[in-house]
Amino acid sequence: MIKTDILIIGAGPTGLFAVFEAGLLKMKCHLIDALPQPGGQCTELYPKKPIYDIPGFPEILAGDLTKNLLEQCKQFEPGFTLGERADTIEKQEDGSFIVTTNKGTKHQAPVVAIAGGLGSFEPRKPLIANISYFEDKGVEYFIKDPEIYRNKRVVISGGGDSALDWTIYLADIASEVTLIHRRNEFRGALDSVDKVQELKNAGKINLVTPAEVINIVGDHKVEAVVVAQALNIEKEFEIECDHFIPLFGLSPKLGPIAKWGLEIEKNAIVVNNALDYQTNIPGIFAIGDVNTYPGKLKLILCGFHEATLMCQAAYQIINPGKRYVLKYTTVSGVDGFDGTRKEAPKQVVKAIE
Amino acid sequence: MEQDVKITITDREGVSHEVMAPTDMAMNLMEVVRSYELAPEGTIGTCGGMAMCASCQCYVINGIQLPEMQDEEEAMLSEAFYVKENSRLSCQIPITLELEGLEVELAPES
Repeated sequence: MIKTDILIIGAGPTGLFAVFEAGLLKMKCHLIDALPQPGGQCTELYPKKPIYDIPGFPEILAGDLTKNLLEQCKQFEPGFTLGERADTIEKQEDGSFIVTTNKGTKHQAPVVAIAGGLGSFEPRKPLIANISYFEDKGVEYFIKDPEIYRNKRVVISGGGDSALDWTIYLADIASEVTLIHRRNEFRGALDSVDKVQELKNAGKINLVTPAEVINIVGDHKVEAVVVAQALNIEKEFEIECDHFIPLFGLSPKLGPIAKWGLEIEKNAIVVNNALDYQTNIPGIFAIGDVNTYPGKLKLILCGFHEATLMCQAAYQIINPGKRYVLKYTTVSGVDGFDGTRKEAPKQVVKAIE
Repeated sequence: MEQDVKITITDREGVSHEVMAPTDMAMNLMEVVRSYELAPEGTIGTCGGMAMCASCQCYVINGIQLPEMQDEEEAMLSEAFYVKENSRLSCQIPITLELEGLEVELAPES
């Protein structure tokens, strides 16, 4: 059981900044995120794209913003459960909550802050009628352990970075790799595209374009995929394989959180407007893009503000009746849980003769 | 207002809406759909308009001349589902005076 003061669901910019604000109030945080790395959308969807409305930063790349937020909160030693989705929440008799992930990891905290953005990122599944039957029977939407493909025949479909990168990676591991895409053009880093071209020229992979997988064949497990190709004349054929890996990107879904008994409106969690972003369940807060209230704007800068107010309310829950006044970091400095201290340099008081 | 254009948008339930879209606010068609709440929040414009999610895919019904597709849009559509000959990403269609009378239908959620 992982125990902490504030359990934050979602390690995007809002969740990361909450760690810093909580740290100033001596509260420790742990973050859960379905993605394998922190940063949320900023790192998953557009790390190389600029953001222009972060106060104080005329221009900053989304990936750099994440890096800075991690640096800013690092002395408060946040814990991370990454690559796992928060699935269930149970209120305990002492008022705390236990949140369990899809992999069974349990977390306990008196305060839960949902900073889940648009939801957890789920793979986009191609429209193949029998695909769900073959999930975990040879169809995988993520590659978790490349070793399971050793000496196997693999079909990958998709036209983006992950399809290209995994084709390159598995070319050395699998006995046979076939890449199928609806167009001849691929979208990815130039060197990935070149490398796939090289592998194709060397006969190390099979490239089937423009084509689409339209069916899966097999008895209890994937044995072949049916491919429709529209090159000059339309034709259909089977490719024998052990694994079919469709890589069509990820799309965010509110997911299990929608079943936690929280009031939901427009795919977002309703909170008490601008007071402390608490939900209809006391002790559970929703901050950043995941919440809604009259006047809500889904902006990173608004998420920062909401995270800050949430921490003040969390302090009252965790330290009932304990006095506190807002302090400025310039005046009081920042004392990390790791023993570090940041403070403004002292002024010199010295006579000039 | 004179700088507004009339656009007909059929939502995912098949209901047709005639809406006025301003040409002077640097809006795109996806944002117009959202501003009139013709699709539930969270089901359209997920990536914010970067041609990275295809949640704003629409079918262009009539022959209004639209700006040509850029590489990013074409690549995204090649990975999207329910794609037809007349598919476009509405976030890549800026609202201009040339759009007067445009008719589109929203593609299913995927």
